[in-house]
Amino acid sequence: MTANDPSPHHLQLTRDGQLRHFLTLDGLDRELLTDILDTADSFIEVGERTIKKVPLLRGRTVVNLFFESSTRTRSTFELAAKRLSADVLNLDISTSATSKGESLSDTLLNLEAMASDMFVVRHSQSGAPHFIAESVTPGVAIINAGDGRHAHPTQAMLDMLTIRQHKGRFDGLKVAIVGDVLHSRVARSQIRALNVLGAEEVRVIAPGTLLPKDVENLGCTVEYDMARGMKDLDVVIMLRLQKERMEGALLPSEREFYRLYGLSQDKLALAHPECIVMHPGPINRGVEIESAVADGPQSVILNQVTNGIAIRMAVMSMAMGGQVAERQQKQGKGAQA
Amino acid sequence: MSVTDGNGGASLKIEGGCILDGHGGETDNTALLIRDGRIAALGEAARQARADETLNADGCVITPGFIDLHCNLREPGNGQKGNIASETRAAAHGGFTTVCASPETSPVNDSGAVTHLIRDVAASRSPIHVLPVGAITRGLEGELLSDMAGLAAAGCVAVGNGARGVRNSRILRRCMAYAQTFGLTVMFSPENQALAADGYAHDGLVTSRLGLLGIPEVAETTAVMEMILLAEETGARLHLSQLSCARSVEMLAEARRRGIAVTADVAMHQLLFTEEALAGFDSRFHVRPPLRSERDRKALIAGIRDGVIDAIVSQHQPHDSAAKQAPLAATEPGLSTVESVLSLGLELVELNELSLSELVRALTAGPASVLGRQARVAEGEVADLCLFDPEQHWTPDTDTLVSVGRHAPITGRELPGVVRLTLAGGKVAWQQPAN
Repeated sequence: MTANDPSPHHLQLTRDGQLRHFLTLDGLDRELLTDILDTADSFIEVGERTIKKVPLLRGRTVVNLFFESSTRTRSTFELAAKRLSADVLNLDISTSATSKGESLSDTLLNLEAMASDMFVVRHSQSGAPHFIAESVTPGVAIINAGDGRHAHPTQAMLDMLTIRQHKGRFDGLKVAIVGDVLHSRVARSQIRALNVLGAEEVRVIAPGTLLPKDVENLGCTVEYDMARGMKDLDVVIMLRLQKERMEGALLPSEREFYRLYGLSQDKLALAHPECIVMHPGPINRGVEIESAVADGPQSVILNQVTNGIAIRMAVMSMAMGGQVAERQQKQGKGAQA
Repeated sequence: MSVTDGNGGASLKIEGGCILDGHGGETDNTALLIRDGRIAALGEAARQARADETLNADGCVITPGFIDLHCNLREPGNGQKGNIASETRAAAHGGFTTVCASPETSPVNDSGAVTHLIRDVAASRSPIHVLPVGAITRGLEGELLSDMAGLAAAGCVAVGNGARGVRNSRILRRCMAYAQTFGLTVMFSPENQALAADGYAHDGLVTSRLGLLGIPEVAETTAVMEMILLAEETGARLHLSQLSCARSVEMLAEARRRGIAVTADVAMHQLLFTEEALAGFDSRFHVRPPLRSERDRKALIAGIRDGVIDAIVSQHQPHDSAAKQAPLAATEPGLSTVESVLSLGLELVELNELSLSELVRALTAGPASVLGRQARVAEGEVADLCLFDPEQHWTPDTDTLVSVGRHAPITGRELPGVVRLTLAGGKVAWQQPAN
């Protein structure tokens, strides 16, 4: 028996099925994910202009609320918001309010009092953006920029955009995700996105200590042996490995991990000849991936970074659109009443 | 309906209704006379007797007062979360006439002085019986033995570890041997701390999907096995508190077959909810041990049905709102449940998962036997009684709950079963307000 409606629909989508917040890919259908990719495609061209701006969020205030530091993700969100003409406030909360003992709820109340329209949230605890989305005043959009081990939906969508650019499709693709799946919010979102968009097979390749319990239920197959796992692959996505995994008795050493699961040219040669190589960054060269592969012809790692801005522009503009539409609908109803 | 407080020899006659005695006995449409705090007569003799007041109980069920083996009253300390007066009143609202007070107070109930304090406050402010459970280790820190002789002398009915583990097996063994010296039942909530680590949810499908930190089943089952083996060796009387796993029930049944003195309880919310309740990051359902799988839930219900699990407890943990207003991992575990245990149980009855008599047994005779007591509706017995209308419905909400804790498992949903009257020692502990 469940106690409540676990579906993110009530929180994430308007009654008309438009995006209101962007917290997770759970519950979002193929049509909506394709819409996000198509919208992002249309924004790629903006980045190539001399004046890289569109007025979609003019007069809106976007707050980058980072409870966990991340230069790369925060920068791409900041650029995305600025290219949409929003005013942007960057707050590194990990070193300010909450460290003085203020609760998250109180921090939010203060930020809302500054009339913010959108919070981009990065937090070390799974579900924190959900909590914020449930707590904020209606009309404020929440974008998840990575929460704990749960989700990193914009990262997964920029990966999907990169795959679509290079492969032109998802149907029939064989994709492997390699490394620390257990701690990876990116992997969880990628598995979901690939399944919804119609990939033929999603494989995870990792030792048992780096896999969540019953990971197959997430919609993937499991392979412990990298050589077997590389067979027929169209896409290989390497995950970042944290050094503290050795101290936590999850792995004996970086050297052993690299030997067994690091992506070398030899191992890449076992995949389909046109297999592309991806990594969400930052890369640990010589731990997850060999430099020759990271910088090689099959690597699309820098394309991922470029696509990150377009995807974030797409998601921010769509969520703001959903919020505006819902507000207008409510006001219309109020006027009728 | 109005009932006097039972003082000064006032008498009350209850007519009609159905008595369930908690041992499977059922008497329909009878009468019951209460005088001087005891059940003075039953049946025809009661019907013929004169009384100061008479209560019509048609359509109601009359049972022994419910006994809760695990309830957090929060006093001493933690006044913002509740106190003995507020939480025992909430318990009476839920039909309980006796609650065992968890040692997790501030300071911890690890000395006779704290036990006396709890008993003194309860004597003056609680409408029901409060039985303190002492801490098995000093400060509940799992390192030094508590003053068990002093705790027993001050009136503790058992010693336990609250919801905390004992890190060291050698200390655990000594705790049991020492408790056995004084004939104290050891109430343990089984959890291997190293395996539970920083977890806060069942290590299963929902945890994997949402990226929550899991507590694996083996954190409980290895502790259950260890405690059973140590109880067997030391001869201690062991009570396993708040089981959550199917495998634990199997091990418990096996231990009983081998004649080991071990009893057990389960929290009502474990019988009704599963890990899926956390799928929307709902912090109300952050409990410890965590809500587990449907397979576990079904095995726990089967354990109640066949009597392997003796009792259902509230595991009532009132909190202030700040404790639950944060991202899931940062919230405090626990539900405010003592007022809704009966109603949640009646939902299981409606779903045909439990019979009404099995539910009543697990709330009365079962926990009484764990404490070496009896809970009966019989002539001469102390009048600890609960009278509820199973057909009447109510909707728990944050404005009407009696407990200071407002995070009940199902607020805003209509539930079956309203307690009309709770009598503790013949006195009115709770009476449904007149409309």
